[in-house]
Amino acid sequence: MQGLSGDIHLENIDETSLLICLSGNWIQGATINPIEQVLAKLGDAQPLRRIVLQAANLNKWDSRLPTYLLKILDNCQANRIEVDVSGLPEGVQGLLKLARAVPERAGARRTAQHTPMMAKVGKAVLSGFADAKGLITFIGESMLAGYATMRGKARFRAIDLFLCIQEAGPGALAIVTLISLLVGLILAFVGAVQLAMFGAQIFIADLVGLGTVREMGALMTAVIMSGRTGAAYAAQLGTMNVNSEIDALKTMGISPMEFLVMPRMLALILMMPLLCLYADLMGILGGALVTISAFDVSLIQYYNETRKAVHLPDFAIGLFKSLVFAVLIATAGCMRGMQCGRSASEVGDAATTAVVNSIVYIVIADSIITLICNRLGI
Amino acid sequence: MKTPHITVTDLTMAYGDFLIQRDLNFTINRGDVFIIMGGSGCGKSTLLRHLIGLQQPAKGDVFYDRQSFWHADAEQRVRMMRRIGVLYQTGALFSSLTLAENIALPLGEFTDFSRGETADIVSYKLALVGLAGFEDYYPSEISGGMQKRAGLARAMALDPEILLFDEPSAGLDPVSARLLDDLIISLRDTLGTTIVVVTHELASIFAIGSNSVFLDPETKTMLATGSPKTLLAESTNPKIIQFLTRGEGHAKSQPDRER
Repeated sequence: MQGLSGDIHLENIDETSLLICLSGNWIQGATINPIEQVLAKLGDAQPLRRIVLQAANLNKWDSRLPTYLLKILDNCQANRIEVDVSGLPEGVQGLLKLARAVPERAGARRTAQHTPMMAKVGKAVLSGFADAKGLITFIGESMLAGYATMRGKARFRAIDLFLCIQEAGPGALAIVTLISLLVGLILAFVGAVQLAMFGAQIFIADLVGLGTVREMGALMTAVIMSGRTGAAYAAQLGTMNVNSEIDALKTMGISPMEFLVMPRMLALILMMPLLCLYADLMGILGGALVTISAFDVSLIQYYNETRKAVHLPDFAIGLFKSLVFAVLIATAGCMRGMQCGRSASEVGDAATTAVVNSIVYIVIADSIITLICNRLGI
Repeated sequence: MKTPHITVTDLTMAYGDFLIQRDLNFTINRGDVFIIMGGSGCGKSTLLRHLIGLQQPAKGDVFYDRQSFWHADAEQRVRMMRRIGVLYQTGALFSSLTLAENIALPLGEFTDFSRGETADIVSYKLALVGLAGFEDYYPSEISGGMQKRAGLARAMALDPEILLFDEPSAGLDPVSARLLDDLIISLRDTLGTTIVVVTHELASIFAIGSNSVFLDPETKTMLATGSPKTLLAESTNPKIIQFLTRGEGHAKSQPDRER
């Protein structure tokens, strides 16, 4: 490729005409005079009326040649200079003609616009309102669909529900086991450092038991499920939207809220409390592992201490939280999926916002519930 | 005068145990507009995927300029693939990039053009397909026909020697389809590009095809190869005649089932 060059040579024929000779190789990797130099020369050579293009010694050429020539042609057109292209190879002539066959549509080209700060703020606020409206609409629609489901009038297939349950329940067991076990372990270690200082290792059981059952079990399952299932819901529904599958359901007279959203929501509502209970067990087990192996407490002692510390209302709070989280995750996931645009990148955005939203919702809801429990003294 | 550009020998395509087509043998010459035709589900698009290296043949090979594609090492294969441009059925434009960025992507990856030069080439390619001025549009903001033409501009970005089209006229109105056909022909004439088209649009087949292969879904092999017009005039195979006459060759004995 080296040593190749495409040459352009300008020669005056008479006062008003200019001959442009092209020769050499006009291909990628060849050295070619920058177009600006040629255009500048054309500008100098007033009063130019006519340009004749010649390509007698032209060897190889690719897209660079027509691109280059188009620049010259456009420049000439702007300056009302006539161009004779008949000396060019037929292929080049054809391409030039083809490139100018469809004139640029008026108003199609976009110029970069500067948006003032106020306009940006305004747009952000408006989109926030639209978002809130979308959320409220979705909540309303899902409540109607939920009501229809409760009356047994909703149309969805039982097999879909079972598939969703399979995916959201047993399918998540492995990851829930791992995470809750480790969280129990971490809780135990963190507590042990302080408690061991005054020989109260046995209270690690209280700390782990209460912490897991009231808080961490529900919270960790919710975070796992929002990343695992919430994102999947958004991506599934979003892709269905891209493929017009949701439109197809609507035209069949089947409500996508009932047919698609309800099975997913129900599956999460049914499975999350079970997963939460399981996570509680695993968390306590994780705590026990640490306490027994490192802090001289027997399994029986740990068990008894946990039984003393953790009561049924604690479990109820955890379960209630997980139920609320299930609704929030399903809402965020399904809503983002249903509102998804029609391109691949928007499906990605939908999945991302679904996870971000559900985690934000979860943490906010968790704080509110914890606050209420604290005030009520539960 | 005609030199073989792509040669397919003993190609058998299968998904696992499921046979799609077997024993395909045909040659695509330089400057051909080669049509891959056949009824729905006969493996036309699968054949295309084999030609461009997206799917490995169960048996047989594809040769570009007598150079084996499937026996080449990975680096060689990438070099061969760079000479091929593909227009996918729906354009397959990257939805997160503007049209200009879509076309500039291969230019940026495989050439050493400066920013300005790249922008000029992008504008030229867009002008070629009749989309001058649409550089800063996102694929979702333009119509299906325009997306297809933009996809063609991207396929042509690196001046490929071979252009492959997967159902170029699907989803286009007759006039747009005709314009695309004209565009294909003028590209072949001006650039000497070898063109392979997967289609079952009869109008296109006869208008642009200079050579073709006919795949049959029932016997799972090719029935004929040659210019579509010659096939229509000379073939004695009822399946081919039926296909090329929209079923009218057997109109009396078999009412149109598709309606």
